[in-house]
Amino acid sequence: MTLQKKDKTGALIGLAAAAALLILVVVLENTLSPTSQLFVVLKKGAVYSLVAVSMNLLNGFTGLFSLGQAGFMLLGAYTYAILTVPVAAKDQVYYLFGGSAVKFSLPDLFGGLNTPTGLILGVILAILLAGCVAALFAWLIGLPVLRLKSDYLAIATLGFAEIIRAVFQWQALGPVTNGANMITQIPTFNNFNITDANGAVILRLSTFFPFLIAILCIAVIVMLINSSYGRAFKAIREDEIAAEAMGINLAKHKMLSFCISSFFAGVGGALFAMFVNNAQAKVYTSTMTYEILLIVVIGGIGSISGSCLATFLYVACAEWWLRFLDSATTFASPTAPNRIAFMVIFAVVVIGGSALLIHRERRGSNQVWKQTLVGLVAILLLGWLAWFAATGELTLPLLRTGFRMVAFSIIIMVVVLFFRQGMLGDKEFSDILFARRRNAGKEATK
Amino acid sequence: MKKFLASVLSSAMLLGLLASCGGGTSPSGDASTPDGSAPAGDKVIKIGVFEPATGDSASGGKKEMLGMQFANSETPTVTVGGEEYQVQLVYADNGSSTDKAPTAASQLVSEGVALVLGSYGSGVSIAAGPTFGNAGIPAIGVTCTNPNVTAGNDYYFRICFLDPFQGTVLANFSMDKFQAQTAYCLGEAGNEYDQGLIAFFKTAFEAAGGTVITDSFPTNNSDFNSYLNKAKASGADVIFTPVSIAYATQIITQAASLGLDIPFVGSDTLDDNMVLEAAKGTDIQLYVSTFYQEGGNPTFDEGVKNYINTASGALEANGGNDTVAAVTAMGYDAYYVALEAIKAADSVDPAAIKAALWDVEYDGVSGHIAFDDTNGDAVRDTAYIKHSTNDGAWELETQQTVAE
Amino acid sequence: MEFFISTLLFGISVGGQYALIAIGYTMVYGILRLINFAHGDVFMVAGLLGIYLNTFLAAYLPPALVIPVMLLLVLILTVALGFCIERVAYKPLRTAPRMSVMISAIGVSYLLQNTATYITGGQPMIYPAIPFLSDTITVAGTSIKWVVILTPFLVVALVLLLTQLINNTKIGMAMRAVAKDFETSQLMGIKINSVISTTFVIGSALAAVGSMLYFTTYSSVVPTVGSMPGLKAFVAAVFGGIGSIPGAVIGAFLIGICENFVKILPFEGATTFVDAFTFALLIIILVFKPTGLFGEKATDKV
Repeated sequence: MTLQKKDKTGALIGLAAAAALLILVVVLENTLSPTSQLFVVLKKGAVYSLVAVSMNLLNGFTGLFSLGQAGFMLLGAYTYAILTVPVAAKDQVYYLFGGSAVKFSLPDLFGGLNTPTGLILGVILAILLAGCVAALFAWLIGLPVLRLKSDYLAIATLGFAEIIRAVFQWQALGPVTNGANMITQIPTFNNFNITDANGAVILRLSTFFPFLIAILCIAVIVMLINSSYGRAFKAIREDEIAAEAMGINLAKHKMLSFCISSFFAGVGGALFAMFVNNAQAKVYTSTMTYEILLIVVIGGIGSISGSCLATFLYVACAEWWLRFLDSATTFASPTAPNRIAFMVIFAVVVIGGSALLIHRERRGSNQVWKQTLVGLVAILLLGWLAWFAATGELTLPLLRTGFRMVAFSIIIMVVVLFFRQGMLGDKEFSDILFARRRNAGKEATK
Repeated sequence: MKKFLASVLSSAMLLGLLASCGGGTSPSGDASTPDGSAPAGDKVIKIGVFEPATGDSASGGKKEMLGMQFANSETPTVTVGGEEYQVQLVYADNGSSTDKAPTAASQLVSEGVALVLGSYGSGVSIAAGPTFGNAGIPAIGVTCTNPNVTAGNDYYFRICFLDPFQGTVLANFSMDKFQAQTAYCLGEAGNEYDQGLIAFFKTAFEAAGGTVITDSFPTNNSDFNSYLNKAKASGADVIFTPVSIAYATQIITQAASLGLDIPFVGSDTLDDNMVLEAAKGTDIQLYVSTFYQEGGNPTFDEGVKNYINTASGALEANGGNDTVAAVTAMGYDAYYVALEAIKAADSVDPAAIKAALWDVEYDGVSGHIAFDDTNGDAVRDTAYIKHSTNDGAWELETQQTVAE
Repeated sequence: MEFFISTLLFGISVGGQYALIAIGYTMVYGILRLINFAHGDVFMVAGLLGIYLNTFLAAYLPPALVIPVMLLLVLILTVALGFCIERVAYKPLRTAPRMSVMISAIGVSYLLQNTATYITGGQPMIYPAIPFLSDTITVAGTSIKWVVILTPFLVVALVLLLTQLINNTKIGMAMRAVAKDFETSQLMGIKINSVISTTFVIGSALAAVGSMLYFTTYSSVVPTVGSMPGLKAFVAAVFGGIGSIPGAVIGAFLIGICENFVKILPFEGATTFVDAFTFALLIIILVFKPTGLFGEKATDKV
């Protein structure tokens, strides 16, 4: 009874939060400047969180260590792209191969991209099919490899992803896959902006669409995890042999988890193709899988909200917040807000960082010299800051192309080293938010 | 406590970065103005430079940027509506990768650029095209030669020749110069530029009665010995390698140590100091097609050499010597074409500049530049073919045109 | 025929270079159960160090000394780098979940690659020619660098040395003990940390030697150059049964040779599948022998 009630309130809260988020996205997009990097981050974040959550379902909840995510994304992206290139554009997109072997296009079947039904039905159907193709391949791949354990499974799935990539790059399949060329002119998020007769945008929905799909898919995954299947997955993660003894069919559940995860990775791939406006096999490398794995672990293995949170922070850092590190920056005017912001951040980071390090070292044996070293470096850096504040103008050292990624990887290392369980561990955001209330509730029932 | 401290630290950092980067409205504001800030009070027009500064094509992208920077240092202002505007170059690194390209492009869009120059490398240009298109910003491709960059859109223009032309020129050249009957083509698997050129080369070469063997190598491959041996064993008369600079240097050095005496024919990407350096002191016969040959315009050569030797970081970007790369000349021309377009539009509005670009004509150092009416491609019928002298210089071989 | 022989020679040489990297993977895995993703990048850094040290030393030393001193310094610095990575990125996470350590490895790999991109500016760098090794001789009608011929011999010699070290010395015995049972060996008084550090030192030293051979053959160094040999070496290690040194070496040679023969297949488009072929081979082996050719059979403790 109580469990049911809790589930119901949880679902209601989730629903409300999702609706609020969607409304917020629409409002933001229609009030702020549409060219802001914020929307790039939001769109990519929505796509990547779906993929990260799908990977978390497999790696975090079922305990199957798979590195094939990029391969399934590729399958999804290509399925989507092949099915949605407008018939009129095919000759031009497939210019090396004299047109496509796939003679139809889903949006065109429903009336073309310019009609709402053609756009919505065509795109949604293509996205679903993208997921299905990925799931089908997952099933085929799963038959031989799911018997493998831990790291062997990881390298086998990674291998399959590389094989899939090579197949899609094969010029002989060009009439279908366009060989090395990217498939362009596919419907993208921008097609969902509502325009008037003159082509002027009335209502922007280009960020709303990926959010909607991602939220729907993540909701399905959450429901799955809370179902009896989800409990079976977790049992397999904790102890395979015990799970089997409890009557859980290992092969069936592993395969189920693998296919479902790949289905959503395929959907994520289709969304990614929409985000980058094209599908090209070259992009879906193992580096992409590592990137997603990084997000999953930073967010916390076994935490859905952790994956989402980590995705947005990761994407924002990589694509937006750190961009200024890539070009030489000069703070000319002493009162510029950026200069003050820089000084404050720098001081906070130096003081906080050294405090963190010194605090950490204290637990171990008496390594005074290490603490002294950290303190000395911190004092030097602060001294530089003071000198900078006194002299007024300064060109920041080290800033040039590539520094952004160096800083980014240092941030990642810091997060990895100081948050061993990821940002949220295996807890959910709601657990942390409502922890106090729940404790209070427990006391009351006692 | 530790966790608390760490979370406070990271959230402070993130919030601070958010604040300093302007919460989505004015990202660069008054702080990050590359290349020295414009004098206060002057009006500024921003031109986006969309080039790879990292990755496989970084070497070429940097040289192209040099041309633009040199042109910018020469002519830093443009007059629009009777007012003088400072031209500010805004850079975005597309990392030579098609998945980073759209976000790099949207960075330029969010900075409010009036038009975009670039990129070196066709794949990134194709990938980023729709981003510029949606924002209504015109882009001028400098040395992206793949047909799909401009095909089917009205916002991408380009000032260089196209791959069907280049492929045909090189096929004809191989036939004429070496009486080649068999050609071995090697490109990167999954690379749009490589595979496209090989396809065009193959069509032209086979139409003229030759045989073509095509092979591709996987990304990040560095062992080319077996491919080169295969070329030798298959009796190829010429090896066609339209690959990016990093691979080209590998192929040339390995061919040199194998003592291969088959001539190499390359596309515009191989016209690079790094490749020249690799061929230096070897017996490799290397022929490349390109847009400009040093000596074509002595005033420009002198100016740009001076710039390379004096501007900070320029010599390093040019690969340590002052050989003038064709892409530098193209970057230089692209900048002036952009200025012409702004003048013709007499406006800083991207839409007006886009409309004006169609009719822009300009006599650049690389020849006369005008755009055709269908795709906005440059009307060009000449390619320079030059060969490495193997002591670190290029020598003009011939000028080739395709009679159609 | 001469075509066949030269392809075989190149295959063996590539295999030898993979083997040197694969040993680093397999040893670390054997002890820590950690896929050290940063290993391929350590190899790349060793290459870059060689280039920068060469230009730096040329200004101070007589020409004859530059290369030997450079090679020595590369070896020392790479070993130091491997040691530091272990101490900074892996040691603090010894009690953390396995996945965190692996992510830390991916993070280090990111850091090394990005730093290399930042320093080199993303341009390919040319590795200096090493006298004798870079000279060419003619074998069966093909001119080949000496390094190609010498690599397999050097690899076999190093592997024999390593086997001696592991079988006959005290530290080798400690390594075997730790690989067998991490916790128990700790209880037996083995200093785990020094054993692990030694493993990383040996792995990095071999990667440094590998980089010298590799970049003498393929002279240009780019920041991502380590990723493919790294991945191939890892595949080789899995192929031979991860944790087993002879397995890794045999796996590496097999992969190197197969790869080079796929490259010369006469079918149009077959070369697109060079890497794919390697993985397909691996998957087939794993399906029939789930723990690789020489891997220990995994036992489930109930």
